[in-house]
Amino acid sequence: MSIRSTALMLLVLASASAHALGGTLEEQLVRYAAEVRAADSAFSGFSAARGEQFHNARFGTGKPDTPACSTCHGSDPATPGRTLTGKAIEPVALSASPSRYADPEKVEKWFKRNCNEVLGRACSPAEKGDWLAYMQSR
Amino acid sequence: MNTTTLRVPYRPIIMGLLLMAPLAFVLDRAQAGDSHYYPPVTDPVVLEECGSCHLAFPPSMLPARSWTVMMANLEDHFGDDASLSADAARHIEAYLVERAADRGGQRYVGKLLRGVGAREAPQRISELPKWVHEHDEVRRSRWSEPEVRSKANCAACHRDAEQGYYDDD
Repeated sequence: MSIRSTALMLLVLASASAHALGGTLEEQLVRYAAEVRAADSAFSGFSAARGEQFHNARFGTGKPDTPACSTCHGSDPATPGRTLTGKAIEPVALSASPSRYADPEKVEKWFKRNCNEVLGRACSPAEKGDWLAYMQSR
Repeated sequence: MNTTTLRVPYRPIIMGLLLMAPLAFVLDRAQAGDSHYYPPVTDPVVLEECGSCHLAFPPSMLPARSWTVMMANLEDHFGDDASLSADAARHIEAYLVERAADRGGQRYVGKLLRGVGAREAPQRISELPKWVHEHDEVRRSRWSEPEVRSKANCAACHRDAEQGYYDDD
């Protein structure tokens, strides 16, 4: 094997592993972005700032004891949260829990449950994307 | 010469056995029922799905019929939607039923099912008569303290609950 092809192979392997480690949340952002764009051609990207607002907003349209994401997850995503039954929740910030967003099905499962609890409805792809962008930024 | 080598110290042996007898009784209790030990969940799927919102309660804390009823009503799981994929639900139900208080977990549970009718399928562990009795010394205000929050938060007081130990703390 020539030096060039070995170097190329190493490069491919390195980028593949970087992809597997850090690319998943990014991949999901790409997927949600495609969903938003399909409905809104003027979509200009997700916003971590909007995600932060969403995280702390008190909706009051879901269950009375869970008015906001931050009710259980806390207002600082980098620190652990706590469920209503008292169990600790791993931080939701990507920097604090790097493996949290590795499984897209798991992410969707929790959006489905938690959006229903907090907002009393499903979250839109735009809301999910903004929130994930906020988690990625933290 | 022979008599000295054959002399057996019966008295110390008997005394030793007598002293150890209560210990054997204690060890036996520790292994079989009334020991406050309920083997913890070890299956990764069950831990993930049953242990995200609350401690993954040991299957031996409820009879098999309770788990079957619970797994059939996950859309309204004590007021929350805990629904699962059919595959995951099947896997979890089989795990819980196999180790339930009236199945494989029987040797650990002691009197936990006392007062539970054979056709009842209790859903809340904290409503089992034995549970209520064991916790009757806990002040009512304790349950709403920020560190406790609910009767489902075993580990707030039983520090080794995740390892299966629910001793009096």
